[in-house]
Amino acid sequence: MTDTLDRPANRLADRVAEPLPGWRRAAGADHLDLLEAHAIFVMREVAAECRAPVLLFSGGKDSAVLLHLAEKAFRPGRFPFPVLHVDTGHNFPEVVAFRDRRLEELGERLIVASVQDAIDRGRVPDPGRWGSRNRLQSVALLDAIGEHRFDACIGGARRDEDKARAKERVLSFRDDQGRWDPKRQRPELWQLYSGQLLPGEHLRAFPLSDWTELDVWQYVAREAIDLPPIYFAHSREVVERDGMLLAISPWVQPQPGEHVSERTVRFRTVGDATCTGAVASEAATLQQIIAETAASRISERGATRADDRFSESAMEDRKREGYF
Amino acid sequence: MAPNLSAAETVPTEPTVPTSMDLLRLAAVGSVDDGKSTLIGRLLHDTKQLFDDQLVAVEEASARRGSHAVDLSFVTDGLRAEREQGITIDVAYRYAATPTRKLVIADCPGHVQYTRNMATGASNADVALVVVDAQRGLRDQTRRHTCIAALLGVRHLVVAANKMDLVDWDPRAYHRVVEDMTSLAERLGVEAVSVVPVSALHGDNVAAPSGKAPWYDGPTVLDALESVPLRTTTATREQPARLPVQWVLRRPGGGRAYAGMVSGGVLAPGDPVVVLPGGRRASITSVTVADRVLTEAPAGLSVAVELDTDLDVSRGDLLAGPVGAPRVVETLEATVCWFAEGPLRAGTPYRVKHTTRVVPARVVAVTGRLDVRSLAVERGSQLEENDIGTVTVALSSPIVVDDYRQNRVTGSFVLIDPTTNATVAAGMIGPLHLGPTGTTRQRG
Repeated sequence: MTDTLDRPANRLADRVAEPLPGWRRAAGADHLDLLEAHAIFVMREVAAECRAPVLLFSGGKDSAVLLHLAEKAFRPGRFPFPVLHVDTGHNFPEVVAFRDRRLEELGERLIVASVQDAIDRGRVPDPGRWGSRNRLQSVALLDAIGEHRFDACIGGARRDEDKARAKERVLSFRDDQGRWDPKRQRPELWQLYSGQLLPGEHLRAFPLSDWTELDVWQYVAREAIDLPPIYFAHSREVVERDGMLLAISPWVQPQPGEHVSERTVRFRTVGDATCTGAVASEAATLQQIIAETAASRISERGATRADDRFSESAMEDRKREGYF
Repeated sequence: MAPNLSAAETVPTEPTVPTSMDLLRLAAVGSVDDGKSTLIGRLLHDTKQLFDDQLVAVEEASARRGSHAVDLSFVTDGLRAEREQGITIDVAYRYAATPTRKLVIADCPGHVQYTRNMATGASNADVALVVVDAQRGLRDQTRRHTCIAALLGVRHLVVAANKMDLVDWDPRAYHRVVEDMTSLAERLGVEAVSVVPVSALHGDNVAAPSGKAPWYDGPTVLDALESVPLRTTTATREQPARLPVQWVLRRPGGGRAYAGMVSGGVLAPGDPVVVLPGGRRASITSVTVADRVLTEAPAGLSVAVELDTDLDVSRGDLLAGPVGAPRVVETLEATVCWFAEGPLRAGTPYRVKHTTRVVPARVVAVTGRLDVRSLAVERGSQLEENDIGTVTVALSSPIVVDDYRQNRVTGSFVLIDPTTNATVAAGMIGPLHLGPTGTTRQRG
């Protein structure tokens, strides 16, 4: 995708080759520079303060940005944490291919926590062939945290995604059951992130807290970050269900009365294939996606995620259960 | 469902996509019920930052709770307990953008028992948006919040004299807020105050000018926010340069680079630095962000620097530039906001987290308590929850500090309870200093 980039000129990277005239004025960094700097800072603090951190990777754009930021924070060294994919088993094949390719390039360790395993072991009920495995991810995640004794999960969640997430700290604590208690969040002053934990507790760290969907796309363009191809407009067989366009897959088949059509679509988020909708879009380049994102009238999750539509506190409820 | 808001016309903005913007951090503060969340909801709505599905959800939530009008406070009150009780418990972060600025908005709770959350939201703010109910004027909580914001180093206030529709846009109500806020700001040493008469409910003077106050020709709230100068873009080489070391990167060839966020001034290759608390000297040979080589790095960037001399440098050390040496101290005189339920008494052991260093410490004395109504510092020997006071803290090993008024990063710390790990206080190094530092002015 990198050949389609129109890279913005006014950024720090383009200002480094030679001293700028009047550099005192040029001391300003732009919003992407500052968001990047903060995210790198958070990753380094978590790596330094926590005993066994892990980076959560879904194959989506936010976690692709996280991997990129981890490179900026820790190269030329190795990442001071492994990468964990909570695999629902209902994946877009392009995303799994992307995951494997990126981890191969990076030479970092990948751990896969499988929802199918959790079902097979009887940890969670099987929602059936057509059921969403979104909520079951919490169990697979918490099991992996217990098994590997992780004490910090670095995730790509953003506060602009949801009104419960809008309330969450950058370092967000979980009790020994993995639960978030929104009424007992630690004060988080300045950039003094305290990662100290009691036995059994763990924390979630969200370096992209203050990034919006648009910031992510602008950063992806600026940094030429590789993404799975399903983010770009392509032709795909879809069925319209509950106002969303669901891709036909082994887990999504037309039901009686539903009509399958070939549409030009792209995905705004990547999750379990049974509850992640595509949007009709002709945006095939990053600049087209940025323009479309800026003009969009529907939120990222509202457009594409059936999992957030259950109630006005769907996300809060899932987070209380240990969700990302 | 079409959004049916009794809105003033929204600002005419073309969907332009600026590639490079400033970042303004703003904390919305003020007393409960004065309309903070509604104002933020209105600001987001009128700058087209609310999505249609979010608006529909807000309308449905409003209708379910028997509200005839759309209650824009539901935009930010994201927790179930908040919507049930109609209050804000914790900070909500929301995002907006003007053509030149990305705004990070911390909508802070107004209740006194959630002061720790308000301080969380205000600690990184460039500007405080103080919401005042023009019918009722300044309340204790307005003064407390403004005072905490000023102590936390917020130098610019934009004041929304809200609910002007309920006083029939009477200019006397507005001028009363102007007088009270200006005098408060003067006493707190806040540099710039802009008071805007608004109705958050109807959108007057929030993002679009209103015709309802012909006697007012100043900026809208959004205009006022756009004109606030930013501390992040004003770093200069004349300011003391600081780099608290977060992480040591080992180069394949055997060299080391010291990674951290530049926290004051500007660092550049060739700069002499002193490594504190040890005191060894070296020069910077390179400043990088991953594989990018920088000619200079202003405060706010996360970088890695290499030195020309092989020194023992590790996490918790501080690299200081040639201008303005910091102090190496084992005792802190500081102002603290106390957050814990039980009182702070002298003699209690804590941990101090300061920059990237955590050290055991003991509060040896509580020397004063601030009366937020009179702004006088009284003698006192303990602090209750949400009190602000002055303390002396003895540290088990030295740390490298500046006064908070000189540097928000090297001048700040938190106290951590060693048994629960709870963050129990926010600390600002240096004397409790309230009072004029410059000219307070009223714009508009």
